[in-house]
Amino acid sequence: MLDQQRDYVLRTVEERGVRLVRLWFTDVLGNLKSFAISPAELENALEDGMTFDGSAIDGFSRVQESDVLAMPDANTFEVLPWGDPKSVEARVFCDIHQLDGEPFAGDPRQVLRRNLAAAHDQGFTLYVAPDMEFFYFAPPERGQGPLPLDEGGFFDLTTTDVAGTLRKETIRTLETMSIPVEYSFHEDAPSQQEIDLRHTDALTMADSVMTFRLVVKEVAAKQGVHATFMPKPLEGVQGSGMHMHLSLFKGDDNAFYDADDAYRLSPVAKQFIAGLLFHAAEITAITNQTVNSYKRLVPGFEAPVHVSWARNNRSGLIRVPIAKRGNPSATRIEYRSPDPACNPYLAFSVILAAGLRGITEGYELPAEADANLFEMDDAVLAKLGIDTLPQSLSDSLRAMEQSELVREALGEHIFEWFLRNKRSEWRSYKTHISQFEFDRYLRSL
Amino acid sequence: MELIAVFPDPPPPDLARTLDLAGYHWKAVATADDAVRNEPQGGWAGAVVSCAADPDGGWALCRALRRRDTPVNPLVVLVNGGQLADLQLRDELFDDFCLAPFHPAELEARLRHSLLRDGSAAREEMVEYGGLALNLETYQASIDGQPLDLTYMEYELLKFLAQNPGRVFTREILLSRVWGYEYYGGARTVDLHNRRLRAKLGEEHANLIQTVRSVGYRFGQSRWGT
Repeated sequence: MLDQQRDYVLRTVEERGVRLVRLWFTDVLGNLKSFAISPAELENALEDGMTFDGSAIDGFSRVQESDVLAMPDANTFEVLPWGDPKSVEARVFCDIHQLDGEPFAGDPRQVLRRNLAAAHDQGFTLYVAPDMEFFYFAPPERGQGPLPLDEGGFFDLTTTDVAGTLRKETIRTLETMSIPVEYSFHEDAPSQQEIDLRHTDALTMADSVMTFRLVVKEVAAKQGVHATFMPKPLEGVQGSGMHMHLSLFKGDDNAFYDADDAYRLSPVAKQFIAGLLFHAAEITAITNQTVNSYKRLVPGFEAPVHVSWARNNRSGLIRVPIAKRGNPSATRIEYRSPDPACNPYLAFSVILAAGLRGITEGYELPAEADANLFEMDDAVLAKLGIDTLPQSLSDSLRAMEQSELVREALGEHIFEWFLRNKRSEWRSYKTHISQFEFDRYLRSL
Repeated sequence: MELIAVFPDPPPPDLARTLDLAGYHWKAVATADDAVRNEPQGGWAGAVVSCAADPDGGWALCRALRRRDTPVNPLVVLVNGGQLADLQLRDELFDDFCLAPFHPAELEARLRHSLLRDGSAAREEMVEYGGLALNLETYQASIDGQPLDLTYMEYELLKFLAQNPGRVFTREILLSRVWGYEYYGGARTVDLHNRRLRAKLGEEHANLIQTVRSVGYRFGQSRWGT
């Protein structure tokens, strides 16, 4: 099987005249990294991997142990649908190993693999379908703020809709790269777009999200437009979220479905939700990893603020969409806090770990919170036992630091590095003096 | 002397005795890895795989022996009466079969015949249907003359479907015949790959792969017309 797969890749490179093969991997913060090799080196790379200096990558190696090995995952080999047809390029995702062949602890893809294997030991496969939101802007100068392309509202249709054309071209490109799209539309805010990806297994989906972000940016850049996944680029309108639809399968059966339950939810689903709620604060630094992420998680913009769940309440953290009748396999939960600037490998890892913890420890699901939480005051919320999500990067880092669950899910290496890196981000932010302060204080104080 | 791979390890006593009496040199292998480790210089001269006791292990080995740079030929499988259906759609995985419990003379005759032919029957090289063409030699697919870039499993699935146009396959059959038993993703994997294939075939040709409600998938037109 592996022989055949390698053979398939090598023959395709030959037959399609591929000139350059890009080896892709992801750093700890979720940036796509790549180095290119010539087709002549590919056979060797598939067999033995390619050594490179990991100390050049954020969050990878310490200097004394800097060399690591990139092993291409032949199953992810794809010819890239853009660029010059006369010099075709292809890409393949890599797993990073230590030189002795062990999985490298600083590689987010390996971290996700480890967490998925743990779920599989309990018989579970995680499926994910993210709703990806982003903005199109005119290309910003350094230091300049965002400039929306349109003033369109939700589902607007205009004949000269540049964004619509871009979206169509983006979807076409995604589909030729094995990333099926479920829906796409113009979102609420000016220049905001949403593309919903069709569910697939978590590892494939994490790879797809990496490809997605690149495709969206590439397609836009070709038309002189800047696409951004910044969580809250415009004040006063909705930010960009990455709602994640999650389900666990046991073989061919949706482990979240139970025909006899009033909510159509199995005990496994309820414990999974309970696990996510219980550990939500601890995993928020990973699902919302920038200073800016927390400007999205505020009341009034359809982003969650409170740690709660409900069937049809978009102000809560977890929504349980009503599955279409007679379609048990569509049973799923929607985790609404993550934003599209997260590292998908790490985000899926901690989400899965939190949910699984709920199952193994048999957590009790709190009552459904179906009222509009934004309209309740703090005293009522406290009485209902409803907490808020961390209010800043600093808060969420503090919660993460205490979390044995996140430490275990990420592994010591990434856990330590991430906290160090993000604390330093918070320190730089804290010393920054903003326009808000000048406007408010400079003249009056 | 040429060596034949025999599964399982140890083989059933009647199989071992038949091979010995017929004068074959053989070595028992338990897994595909085992078969690679013990492979003689110049490769296996053939293989006898008994699926009677361990069908999953047996078919996994057949698959491994065939899906290599140099597939093992000839390959004779032993199945019992209840397993005849397992032979369907696995034609590329074996050259001949024998019903277990077998008559020693019959197995010997089949082995001799297969070894003589050496599995050298000409293989199909092109699969064509409408605008779709698959070159099995180079692994390349094209639609209306335009190259179609597929991942390995997408290619394998399309190949299997296109080689059997008009037939309806359940997800389970596709999973076991295209992916093999070792894959644990479940039948949903089949849906996901078919969805991707349709997207890549493009709007005009997406209907080459049809969903047959509550059954599975069919490639191309029904042989009875629609």
